Amino acid sequence: MKILVCISSVPDTTSKINFTADKSAFDKNGIQWVINPLDEFALTKAIKLQESQGATVTVINVGENTTEPVIRKALAIGANDAIRVNADPKDSFSVATEIANVAKTGGYDLVLCGKESIDYNGCAVPGMVAQLLDQPFVNACVGLDVSGAEATAVREIEGGKETISVKLPAVIAGQKGMVDEKDLIIPNMRGIMSARSKPLQIVEPVASKVKVEGVSYDSVPQRAAVKMVSADNLDELVRLLHEEAKVI
Amino acid sequence: MAVFVYAENIDGVYKKAAFEAVSYAKSIADQSGETVTAVSLNPTDSSDLLYKYGATNVINVKDVGLKNFSAKAYAKAVNEVAKGNIIVFPHTTDASSIAPMLAIMNGYSLLTNALEAPESLSPFQVKRKAFSGKGFMHAKADAAGVIVTVSQNSFGIKESSVSGTEEIKELSVSSEDIKVISHEQSSGKLDLKEADVVVSAGRGMKGPENWGMIEDLANTLNAATACSKPVSDIGWRPHSEHVGQTGKAISPNLYVAIGISGAIQHLAGVNSSKTIVVINSDPEAPFFKSADYGVVGDAFQIIPQLNEKIKAIKG
Repeated sequence: MKILVCISSVPDTTSKINFTADKSAFDKNGIQWVINPLDEFALTKAIKLQESQGATVTVINVGENTTEPVIRKALAIGANDAIRVNADPKDSFSVATEIANVAKTGGYDLVLCGKESIDYNGCAVPGMVAQLLDQPFVNACVGLDVSGAEATAVREIEGGKETISVKLPAVIAGQKGMVDEKDLIIPNMRGIMSARSKPLQIVEPVASKVKVEGVSYDSVPQRAAVKMVSADNLDELVRLLHEEAKVI
Repeated sequence: MAVFVYAENIDGVYKKAAFEAVSYAKSIADQSGETVTAVSLNPTDSSDLLYKYGATNVINVKDVGLKNFSAKAYAKAVNEVAKGNIIVFPHTTDASSIAPMLAIMNGYSLLTNALEAPESLSPFQVKRKAFSGKGFMHAKADAAGVIVTVSQNSFGIKESSVSGTEEIKELSVSSEDIKVISHEQSSGKLDLKEADVVVSAGRGMKGPENWGMIEDLANTLNAATACSKPVSDIGWRPHSEHVGQTGKAISPNLYVAIGISGAIQHLAGVNSSKTIVVINSDPEAPFFKSADYGVVGDAFQIIPQLNEKIKAIKG
């Protein structure tokens, strides 16, 4: 079984997000970059399938050479090899086009990814890749097993779960639950050392068109100062919620 | 030309998010001088529910092959009938799975997580969520056709009654690529992303056995329950309740956070809530800085009392 895991390089979850003075772009100064956490769940799932079924795991990232530390981390976690499409990821469509272009000749049984990246929240690349490859698409996956040419996936639905079977090849986008937080792999020294010599192939982009542009960005406005209410005066809290905020 | 909107239903019953998406489509149609055509797959609810929010035309697709959800098959079916330059979707799990596939089929621009009515229609530009609640992006479509998904509980449901007509369209698209093995859905439970009120709790609750009072308060407030990341990671509550940067992002009218300190990752997922109440025993908890109302004290004392007081005014 061959698995392609799509990873995005995103600001660490603890990052404060600032924009450039003219508000035209995200200010990357001082940012620590990590594997998009939702992609990391997918990567960890792929490594589990590598351990249990001998799957080969290739990670793909669309990015300039600045993303290589994040790709090396994915290799240290256990991916067999990596592909970097050498392009600045401008929008979901161009990223999906680059991934699909690599995937269509790679003979992958499964394309795994997180359901969205925590930076631009496009929620678009996985579905686009599936459509470009004309493959089934399962989103919001919280459990996955593979047997032969068929996957059994659990997907989160509003108020519950649905277990489905899907014929491979397919594109599956996951979130927490696909693996648990405690299953995430912290690379050990051997992993880190071996990652240095694992193959990282650099592919030039197919120069796909961009369909969405970020024109400007805003920070989240500060809330007005908090009104503190004494624990001995909960009637006052109820009154404020009822009369002032009008939410109960 | 019409503005199209995907009116999502669950087992034939329209979702609240469908009404919000229709309201959003109506606001676009009003700007451009067009009408709204809603598309729904196998609904059993009356189309009157959609006319109420401004859909002048409702296309009901009848297709027994679409009984089970398959993103690919649903996208194909919607594509058969939604022939417009602007197609609106709610940003629910299923609809946001269909939208990117449809965007590829038509070569359209896809703008997801829209928070407000478009800033302009030509080119189409809209304010959308970015950086998981830590920022906003004003995004512009470069293609002539646009698919936009509306972040839940952001634009709001706006009544705008029109007299509408309904059209039945028989299709035979098959969702055979996916077979359903089991389907568990509790109909009584409020959907966290749709809920107007959310009661959420963190490690301050000390253990899963103490969630009874959280659920009691949620019942009184007709609220959905949520939790912080550590609580779902240690298995006190299911992952589906985790709100925050790597969990769900929510925008209820009222968010009550109990025993949650307010890490930046948690705030990102909830800071678009209209009113935030924080109850925490630690007066230094960072969450108070991002709250509208705060109470310092012992949740085990406060929550039952608060529950009784809210019951009293709700009568």
